[in-house]
Amino acid sequence: MAGTGSACLVAGLLTALYAATASLYGARSGRRAFVVSGRRAIYCLAALMVTATVILQSAFLRSDFSYKLVAEGSSTDTPTFYKVTAMWATQDGSLLLWALLLSIFTSAVLFLTRRSLRELAPYATAVLGVVAAFFLFLMVGWENPFSAVAGPVPLEGAGLNPLLRHPAMMIHPPMLYTGYVGFSIPFAFAIGALVTRHTGADWIRATRRFALIAWTFLGCGVLLGALWSYTELGWGGYWAWDPVENASLMPWLTGTAFLHSIMVQEKRGMLKVWNVSLIIATFALALTGTFLVRSGILESIHAFGASTIGMQFLVFIAVVLVGSTALVVSRLGDLRSESRLDSLLSREAFFLLNNLVLVALCLVIFWGTFFPLISEAAGAERSVGPPWFNRMTTPLALALVLLAGVGPVVAWRRVTLAGLRRVLIAPLAFATVVLVALLAFTNAVESLPALLMFCLVGFVLAVVAQELWRGASARRVMTGGSWPRALSELVSRNRRRYGGYVAHAGIAVLLLGVAGSSAFLDQKDVRISPGQSFRSGDWTVTYERPTAQLGGDRAGTGAPISFGAELTARKSGERLTLHPSRNYYPTQDSSKGAIGRYFEGEATSEVDVRWGLTRDLWTAVRPDTSSLAGPIREANRRFSGANGDVQALAIAAIVERYRTDPPPATFRTLVSPLVSWIWIGGAIVLLGALIAVWPSPEARVRRVRSLYKARLGRELSGT
Amino acid sequence: MDPSRKRRLRLVLALSVALLLAGALVYTSFSASTEASTPSDVVTSAEPGRSYELTGKVVEDSVRREEEELRFAIRDRDGSTSVPVVYEGVVPDPFREGREVIVSGELERGTFVAERDSLVTKCPSKFSNENEKSS
Repeated sequence: MAGTGSACLVAGLLTALYAATASLYGARSGRRAFVVSGRRAIYCLAALMVTATVILQSAFLRSDFSYKLVAEGSSTDTPTFYKVTAMWATQDGSLLLWALLLSIFTSAVLFLTRRSLRELAPYATAVLGVVAAFFLFLMVGWENPFSAVAGPVPLEGAGLNPLLRHPAMMIHPPMLYTGYVGFSIPFAFAIGALVTRHTGADWIRATRRFALIAWTFLGCGVLLGALWSYTELGWGGYWAWDPVENASLMPWLTGTAFLHSIMVQEKRGMLKVWNVSLIIATFALALTGTFLVRSGILESIHAFGASTIGMQFLVFIAVVLVGSTALVVSRLGDLRSESRLDSLLSREAFFLLNNLVLVALCLVIFWGTFFPLISEAAGAERSVGPPWFNRMTTPLALALVLLAGVGPVVAWRRVTLAGLRRVLIAPLAFATVVLVALLAFTNAVESLPALLMFCLVGFVLAVVAQELWRGASARRVMTGGSWPRALSELVSRNRRRYGGYVAHAGIAVLLLGVAGSSAFLDQKDVRISPGQSFRSGDWTVTYERPTAQLGGDRAGTGAPISFGAELTARKSGERLTLHPSRNYYPTQDSSKGAIGRYFEGEATSEVDVRWGLTRDLWTAVRPDTSSLAGPIREANRRFSGANGDVQALAIAAIVERYRTDPPPATFRTLVSPLVSWIWIGGAIVLLGALIAVWPSPEARVRRVRSLYKARLGRELSGT
Repeated sequence: MDPSRKRRLRLVLALSVALLLAGALVYTSFSASTEASTPSDVVTSAEPGRSYELTGKVVEDSVRREEEELRFAIRDRDGSTSVPVVYEGVVPDPFREGREVIVSGELERGTFVAERDSLVTKCPSKFSNENEKSS
């Protein structure tokens, strides 16, 4: 089967190259048959990639350790759920995932545009074919996911890295990749538009839905990554300004800017150079994001050491950047704006401002992320930490939220100051009420940025509520229905607009959580024995007793041993019981001894979080197992030759010893206010994106009509 | 003011704001950053009161826990020069003897006193093993 898989990759590489060549030749020579053939080759490529993925997945599910990837990333005792995800825990597997998603996305967009965009679609096909060929080339040449294990086939695999055994990791990488891949679609069509000099808004209309889908997936992927680090990494942060985290955020920021600025091009024919530059930057950043995880060029908690394909990626990114920039420069004459900015008080001006803030945010993060490389070029290697990132991004985030509130109520072309005052008076009043309430009833004044953010969030929510209310009441006057009906009609008639408003509200709520949890976090690190207590926020936390479990860890990750603690948290009448623990995974390293290998392998914290709307209580424990070193050494000596049952009994005895004779354990507790609103805000953004991306009834009618017209046209010209 | 002059003025204004911000970015990043260094750099040429970002491997059998403090030594990736480290705060899950770690702090009387929670451990995986073999 491995042979079939490798053959799929080679065939895929040839197919992708053929698709690119055929569409280019077809477009240049005007022979439509070649264009059609190129498009069909892409469908073929998708089928090949699906086959290859199915073969690899079935190898993981069967635990076929003759595959190097399976032997190194899975084992028979890895839970099935994590066998499926093990594919993208490796470099080779994630390349295949990229190629799979890209071929599916490309097929979808080419199928949807098969009757329109005749001039630029072949060039887009060629671009996407080349991108797919690049990823297949990497797999065929260096990182073949189907390569066989060196030497004899092992009986047991190494197992999935325990840190990756978390439900969010099942969907986080595919979501990120869907986002990265999705942005290649508008990128390819932008290149097609530039080559053919069709620089109107056609390419945007054809691909904006793909851009929105990519943006949504990328955003979900970033948030799931944050959730993973909040609950799995064991230090309780959801964002550490780590290079890999930053790499996923940067294309999301430029993508957000793109989604806004294309509206200006659609409506007013402006910002053409800006739009193509944004999508080129977004695509290049998406490639960088894929590359940075494995490249090892930056120090990161995610850095998986040096990779064999870093150079190839770098060259490809450079080719993309240089080629696209040259193309943009050569087409500057075709990219002239059709109109000018009438006034600084207009929606287009606010879109431009929001774009500048988003791009500035991206530049700041880029500078900070690559600062080790930049400073090394300037002398000594230096790096900036989270405090620098926080200080630099906070004012930009505040400006962004302000613009998210003002932008939607400003009309296109120009608005008078009096008109602006009329629509802003109620939201501003609300923001003032929020400010007064915060000053009167809370200690929010201790952090000025957080206080400002809370007021701005109130402002944005008030703007969105006011806009929905105004629209719905206008509809009620027209149609006379009930409020809910008027609201749903309003939204469904202008999905893109009101979906956008909902997304604004979601981002505001998300940043409310970020501001609250970063400014008012209460963190405690203690080392105590059972029976002792400590204060954390307004909770009194007591270490009741140690826990020690053999098999069946609480999170279902397949860890054989888990040590932990039972904590009770008390606060004026409330009483909670929490069970943070730490899972121990066996290592294959024989030098640790037959028994010791169960205790000295990887270990991961399983935190226990009590979620709450006002604050989370987050607990983690680090048991001190040094007192077990003696018994483990003893057991290694006595039971190394014994059979499995005896060894299991010895392990059980050692585990039991931890429970009966517990040493002090180290705890970390966080009382983190408003953190839940980050995830709730994310869900609201997702809802907004779904509203915007859902085809409206009118669009469906329009599409059917245009298909009918096209058929009529073909029939008429055929006769 | 005629429109074209107004536009030019706007452009100049926007560009100078952008330049100012870029200058602030460059200035703050250089002043707020810490220098990356290896154990041998720190041992031979560390200045007191300056903070460094130390990268290296945890020396075998050097990890001791004393109440709140974690004490260990870091050595050069491919050498034997090592520096003792005292650290407080959360220890990442993959922290182990022999693993590559990054920690920020200052050198005080021959001991590297780390900032709280600054310890970062690289993810262990098959790639790190390959890396060790090749280096």
